[in-house]
Amino acid sequence: MIKFLFKGIMNDRSRSLLPIIVVALGVALTVLLHGWITGVLGDSIAMNASFNSGHLKVMSRAYAKDDVQMPNDLALLEADTLVNKLKSDYPGLDWVQRIRFGGLIDFPDEKGETRAQGPVVGWAVDLFTPGSTEIDRFNLKGSILDGKIPTKPGESLITSDFATKFKVKTGDTFTLFGTTMDGGMAFRNFTVAGIVRFGSSVLDRGAIIADISDIRKALGMEGAAGEILGYFDNGVYDDRTATVLMNDFNEKYVADKDEYAPQMIRLRDQGGMAEYLDISNAMGGIMVFIFVMAMSVVLWNAGLLGGLRRYNEFGVRLALGEEKKHIYLTLIYEGLLIGSIGSVAGTMVGLAASYYLQVVGLDMGDMMQQSTLMMPTIVKTRITPTAFYIGFIPGVFSMVLGNALAGIAIYKRSTAQLFKELEV
Amino acid sequence: MQNSEIIKIENLTKRYHMGENDFTALRNINLTFSKGEFTGLVGPSGSGKTTLLNIIGSLDNPTEGNAIVLGNSVSELTHKQSAVLRNYHIGFIFQTYNLLSVYTVFDNVEFALLLQKHTVAERQKMVMEALDWVGLADKAQSKPAQLSGGECQRVSIARAMVKRPEIVLADEPSANLDAANSHHIIQTMKKLNRELNTTFIFATHDEKVMQYLDRIIHLKDGRIEKDLIMPDSKTESHVSL
Repeated sequence: MIKFLFKGIMNDRSRSLLPIIVVALGVALTVLLHGWITGVLGDSIAMNASFNSGHLKVMSRAYAKDDVQMPNDLALLEADTLVNKLKSDYPGLDWVQRIRFGGLIDFPDEKGETRAQGPVVGWAVDLFTPGSTEIDRFNLKGSILDGKIPTKPGESLITSDFATKFKVKTGDTFTLFGTTMDGGMAFRNFTVAGIVRFGSSVLDRGAIIADISDIRKALGMEGAAGEILGYFDNGVYDDRTATVLMNDFNEKYVADKDEYAPQMIRLRDQGGMAEYLDISNAMGGIMVFIFVMAMSVVLWNAGLLGGLRRYNEFGVRLALGEEKKHIYLTLIYEGLLIGSIGSVAGTMVGLAASYYLQVVGLDMGDMMQQSTLMMPTIVKTRITPTAFYIGFIPGVFSMVLGNALAGIAIYKRSTAQLFKELEV
Repeated sequence: MQNSEIIKIENLTKRYHMGENDFTALRNINLTFSKGEFTGLVGPSGSGKTTLLNIIGSLDNPTEGNAIVLGNSVSELTHKQSAVLRNYHIGFIFQTYNLLSVYTVFDNVEFALLLQKHTVAERQKMVMEALDWVGLADKAQSKPAQLSGGECQRVSIARAMVKRPEIVLADEPSANLDAANSHHIIQTMKKLNRELNTTFIFATHDEKVMQYLDRIIHLKDGRIEKDLIMPDSKTESHVSL
């Protein structure tokens, strides 16, 4: 009987073509959107984790209360000791020290007078230690447009838009003005070792990256770190494990009432990341639900029209001794077959489009000039194993549901009525 | 060949609700049909021919009275039992053939067997045998659209006969055919009637068909007007099975 139904589907284009097109279209969109959202949210989460949140972050309790303001006067002291303890207690993560800071940057002219000034956000990371993971984490090698990664004290990187705006080139010098850890004025001269473009408007508008040892000297933070970030060795955030580690760490300091005692938080506890993660996780289900509903309505109507057209066939089949229930079931089987064919076609189209956008990406830089979200300007899809099957859920389910709803009409007509419609 | 009674109709009345009024299609019909009959229900449109065929075919139920088909009281059958009765014991032939246009001739004939438990090889053999009966074995892979009206009706006969039913109900089978084709398909059915002892019941007002009938039941306004045995009916002349 399946072979018989399959022949019917293949031979009767008016029965199968529109539903297959609808299913394929919906499935392709589902796969593409899934890849898009996974890519956009995934890249945003990864970028945020790399630059700001880590998978886990340790700060002083006082710093944690206002960490958006980067209050380095509340930074962790003796950070090396704490990092060593973290490495010992939680060996499955890479623990790194960071100082995030804000300040004013001053570019001099050839006479040493101020040529241009602007606010800047800075990252102090470990650039000099051989084997430092931070260079890869910030994708510095891939992001550098001109010059090189700093290799000695007094060198820094600045971001591309910033460099363009202030007409800065590699080898130029600038002065960083900031605030020391104890509230004094800080300034230090740097040479532009390289210009980088991270592909995120928020970063590229105005940021510098320097080695943490230089910034410690500039801001009077010897032995201190604003934040200690932990990254899972496999590079993938695991909320469950992060929660266990966070609880374990914080448990050790429950009795310590010092406001400078360390406190650990997870990626999801930081700046809207919980919503990002939840949306990222729920988006597959949401999309499947939306497409199931939308396609079911279309396919229900297609099924009704097809059913009306096929009343003659149903009448013949009843006359030949087929039960209504069996006819109804064959409609469901047809739905499964058409849904599967459409889903395979749609998945292939969706994957092809996703792959293209994964390789080439879509430059949304112009739209994100004023964006405050840390996300890439070239948005790329990401093909995950889920993309290979997620389209089958709305594809097959909506087709079966559409046919099931349309097929109810068979039960509403009496056998004699159906038979009369044969117009014998 | 034992020609036992296979259909018994007792005091059968069929009424349809049409708005606020009832329309009586059949009134107090009493009939019996024996195995191997070649019988026609004859009468003008609205006389109740098709309604009676539908009730015998278990597609409709009597309002009053009873129709007993192969020992089954039609009005007491469940949907499933009715379907089984039609599937195994009753074949239908329609005026407009009602072949499934997207399938081949072979598929159309085979469909009746798909609902039964036959192996692929059995089905293949039975279908080709049925197509042989109607002289269309060479058209097995053709689509209905590629056939003439007469050929389509012969496929319809093969489809009705492939499961070797005891009863074949044919509603105006020659109405859409020219004279030559009408004679040919009636002769084919007559031959099958003789060879397989299948009971054929026609609803018709075609004189060409009536020439071949062994019994003619005249219906008028839902009543039996005459029930005639035709001793001089034509037999098949040139159709061989």
